[in-house]
Amino acid sequence: MKGKWRWEKRETSSKTVTILVPIFSCVVGLLFAGIFIWVSGKNPLLVYGLMVEGALGSAYGISETVVKAIPLMLTGLAVSLAFRMQLWNIGAEGQFYMGAFGATWAALTFPDWPAYLLLPTMLMLGFVAGGIWGLLPAIPRAYFKVNETITTLLMNYIAILWVDYFVFGPWKDPKGMNFPLTAPFSEGALLPAFGTSRIHVGLILALLIAAIFYYVLQYTKWGFEIRVSGESPRAAHYAGMNHKRNILLVMLISGGIAGIAGMTEVSAITQRLQHGISPGYGYTAIIIAWLARLHPLAIVFVSFLFGGLLVGGFSIQTSGFPAATVAMLQGAILFFVVGGEIFTQYRLTWGGKGER
Amino acid sequence: MEVSPWIAILATGIVAGIPILLAALGEILAERAGVINLGVEGMMLIGAVVGFMVSLQSNSPWVGLIAAVLAGAMMALIHAFLTITLRANQVVSGLALTIFGTGLSGYLGKSFIGVPLTATFKPVPVPGLSQIPAIGPIFFNHDLLVYIAYGLVALLWFFLFRTRSGLELRAVGENPAAADAAGLNVFLIRYACVIAGGMFAGMAGAYLSLAYAPSWLENMTAGRGWIAVALVIFGVWNPTKAFLGSFFFGTIDVLGFHMQTLGIVVSSFFLKMLPYVFTIAVLIVATRETKTRRVAIPEALGVPYVREER
Repeated sequence: MKGKWRWEKRETSSKTVTILVPIFSCVVGLLFAGIFIWVSGKNPLLVYGLMVEGALGSAYGISETVVKAIPLMLTGLAVSLAFRMQLWNIGAEGQFYMGAFGATWAALTFPDWPAYLLLPTMLMLGFVAGGIWGLLPAIPRAYFKVNETITTLLMNYIAILWVDYFVFGPWKDPKGMNFPLTAPFSEGALLPAFGTSRIHVGLILALLIAAIFYYVLQYTKWGFEIRVSGESPRAAHYAGMNHKRNILLVMLISGGIAGIAGMTEVSAITQRLQHGISPGYGYTAIIIAWLARLHPLAIVFVSFLFGGLLVGGFSIQTSGFPAATVAMLQGAILFFVVGGEIFTQYRLTWGGKGER
Repeated sequence: MEVSPWIAILATGIVAGIPILLAALGEILAERAGVINLGVEGMMLIGAVVGFMVSLQSNSPWVGLIAAVLAGAMMALIHAFLTITLRANQVVSGLALTIFGTGLSGYLGKSFIGVPLTATFKPVPVPGLSQIPAIGPIFFNHDLLVYIAYGLVALLWFFLFRTRSGLELRAVGENPAAADAAGLNVFLIRYACVIAGGMFAGMAGAYLSLAYAPSWLENMTAGRGWIAVALVIFGVWNPTKAFLGSFFFGTIDVLGFHMQTLGIVVSSFFLKMLPYVFTIAVLIVATRETKTRRVAIPEALGVPYVREER
């Protein structure tokens, strides 16, 4: 009798599988990307070894991993909120840039303000600028169902050009040797760091936001609305939820959080605005959010992993590997994460019915 | 001969529109069969880098083009497997394809940045037609790939709307369950369309690196893959309308450059924003139009087909 492999729906979702699939996906993703590294004449194991060493082999490496995890956590949380509602905000990159822009405006306009005034102002403007960048594509999405995936993505390019205009033009530091960067921020515009490391209070902010997201999504009526709207927009409509308002609100908050990531990065790390401040945080955020299955606390954990991946990626650049290597690894991992998801809902069985 | 600046702008607009057009034609195929592929940008980049590398090696742009088309197909195969067989989320799978393609192309192409290429596609005026005033220089004084693109527009239109296979393909995108019941192999047709879409995207990328630039630069597509996805909506999933749209987008794309030569002083950063701003604006208008006229959106777009649950 002829048999055939077929998918059988799982009665209940298995917790073990839900946790194992993402881990397995990461490993297989690295193996898959390893093929390309191997084909190009390099030893993938050696490359991965170098990356692990760069990220975890020294106290500096570990602290840099945490430093990179901060913007990833914030942008990851930002996009996950939108994804919960099936809003494909892939514009976190642009919202990050706009947040950095807004914060920089405050830092350059009020350099004499004390930190207790200036930092909250920068934080607020970072949120507002990023939030507006998230809200702009949300309006046509809410009212005319204009595909937000395309609009949010295209707005990334606009935001980066916008920031470039300022750092190459009006805001360029006259003492900056003609590099595309603004003058260094004043003392009051710098987020404090822990000890001598570059780990800054943005970490506490990110953890706080993760906790708030967890609480709101899990225990509040609005959080429930967001989850229902994502899973079944029709049910949300019949239950009398204001879908349009929720789209606008979610995209505003999502963009705003990504904007805060931009604020913390210019305030604590670069301490000025400059060309190319993000190595693609907003895109990595998408992978993090998906790998964490949009769970706020899992995003915190996964962000550290990807922070390590970025730091490892930087450290292999000194051995002549292009910066794009990290994007390749990330893309490969995401393939297996999305591909592996089916195993959480179905199991592959050998059906002997002789029919499909 | 004195060429009016407007004719020069329109002629470069056609050329600038070709990569967007080719990518959009491929996306039309995939979406007509019900599969959204947001990996266009990534597939184009892979096509561009592979086309460049192979042209350099083989010293023939045609061999490079074929390699780019095959590379695009391989990339699309990943998306097809994930979304059709494994029923993965089409949006996220497409994004993965774009991220992976961006990374892999940067990885492969690192040592080719700035390398000069002699095996490129060069302009070949069409005898006779290129002599027609205005029309000639605008449409018929380009490289062969431009004419091939014209041909593909007509071919794809004919295929989609005038052949039985085209009808079957559209049926799969509109109502896969009914198409399945009528004896069509939904999975096979979707696979074929997504892979063919990847071939078009690969060709679009090769056009950039072998004819338009011609060189390799990291991220040289600069969002054209996304503009192509928008163009599909603007062109209501119709190849001929996509052609008109690509002419439009291409012209906007080169307008910034020409504005500077015409002596209009605007920061180049703002001029570079034009195609993106314009695409967003057009997308909003086009979406409203499709809503009010209730046309064309493939009914089952983005929905995985699951047979057992019927």
